[in-house]
Amino acid sequence: MKKYVQIEDVQMSFETRQGTFVALKDIDLKIDPGEFVTLIGHSGCGKSTLLNLIAGLLMPTDGIMLCADREIAGPGPDRGVVFQNHSLLPWLTCFENVLLAVERVFGATENREQLRQRTGAALSLVHLSHAEHKYPHEISGGMKQRVGIARALSMQPKVLLMDEPFGALDALTRAHLQDELMKIVKETNSTVVMVTHDVDEAVLLSDRIVMMTNGPAATIGEILSVDLPKPRNRLALANDARYHQLRGAVLEFLYQKQAKEAA
Amino acid sequence: MIKINKYLAEDMVPPLIGMGLFILVWALLAHNSEALPGPVKTWHSAVSLFSDPFYRKGPNDQGIGWNILNSLGRVGIGFGLAALIGIPLGFMIGRFGFLDKMTSPIVSMLRPVSPLAWLPIGLLVFKAANPAAIWVIFISSIWPMIVNTAMGVRQLPQDYLNVARVLNLSEWKVFTKILFPATLPYMLTGIRLAIGTAWLVIVAAEMLTGGVGIGFWVWDEWNNLNVEHIIIAIFVVGIVGLLLETMLVQIAKRFSY
Repeated sequence: MKKYVQIEDVQMSFETRQGTFVALKDIDLKIDPGEFVTLIGHSGCGKSTLLNLIAGLLMPTDGIMLCADREIAGPGPDRGVVFQNHSLLPWLTCFENVLLAVERVFGATENREQLRQRTGAALSLVHLSHAEHKYPHEISGGMKQRVGIARALSMQPKVLLMDEPFGALDALTRAHLQDELMKIVKETNSTVVMVTHDVDEAVLLSDRIVMMTNGPAATIGEILSVDLPKPRNRLALANDARYHQLRGAVLEFLYQKQAKEAA
Repeated sequence: MIKINKYLAEDMVPPLIGMGLFILVWALLAHNSEALPGPVKTWHSAVSLFSDPFYRKGPNDQGIGWNILNSLGRVGIGFGLAALIGIPLGFMIGRFGFLDKMTSPIVSMLRPVSPLAWLPIGLLVFKAANPAAIWVIFISSIWPMIVNTAMGVRQLPQDYLNVARVLNLSEWKVFTKILFPATLPYMLTGIRLAIGTAWLVIVAAEMLTGGVGIGFWVWDEWNNLNVEHIIIAIFVVGIVGLLLETMLVQIAKRFSY
């Protein structure tokens, strides 16, 4: 099977005043189409750095990074990014925010009406058709994050990259959006790489959980395959023995093998 | 009804009391002074002055309306030219660190100089009073526009730039959809500060250059020893300045996110 994202021997270091800081080293990861992969680890382990490398916002100091067999040489619309703090432009309505992305990708080949249809479709996918002409400051945090997802998906990316997309939301909204994300991923058959520090979120959503060791010079510690059948239901999983086993494995990795002293 | 009463009590009454006290103090001072005219005398003088604001009796004797419009015209031209040059320059200084470092010592050095110090240079170069006055307005309003626009560009959140990079936006789209709207509130602050300074400076500049204008008019009335008119001029300058400020605050409110 063709690998969608290939990361081989990647190393990332930053030049600081105290000398070279190695953030990531020896990263090897292959992601298949349609796969949902989460990156989990303590803060400062470089999981966001790894995501930014895939996004092309950062360039690795060493190693090979490919997306659909093409080298990642910078950010591109084939990789849609959902930012932690939604990053919507406050002077544009939800519709205009998504349209900005749609125009860039399909503007050359499609007419105005088709572009607007695509934008509308992306917003209806996240159930926000009723709020499309509102400005970001007029809607809730959860809705903003949904617009962010719609914006990323509207470009029909090969991979959807999410950097702690639900980290800033309250627990109920987060659960709601996780359920919605599962449905959207199923409908669109998206390949997803998501950074999280929430163990339950990782187990609920992922096909594989990539667990990272503590920095500096962080690397991939273990990869856990989540073999729970899909579609998954959070209520049913609450009493599922396998779910608790998997959850336990992640917790063990984070709090025993990679225990971190309180900062 | 209750709401209106509350509005009257909280928002209308205190300013009215303030104005009342102000006029009272003024009247008391005038009562004990031979030279200073009181509010009533000034009011009568203002009524007759504003009953014919647009008369022309030669170059040195024109109505108050002409004087105000001439001053506003000078401020408009000087300020407009400053915006035309200062705002694009501010964008470039904010965007390119090299240019920022290059210009920053010059801007820091020239900004604290009183704009009036530039008047002789203006007279020397333009060899006429009117362009020299406009030149002074230009100099006084360009600094806040450069500095604030550059600050707005510099404070552009990294998030927005990341969005631009991820969406692969063209330079033009980055400018129209991100850079310009994000900088607009800062730019408007610069414009507001600039027009405040410009209006402040025009009176002094016109006192020195002469011609038709509110500043010259004040000087002329001083030479005529018409103190009521000087007081009226102070009010006129204050009210026009307040109107300009209010107008720009209203515009700025529309563009704050």
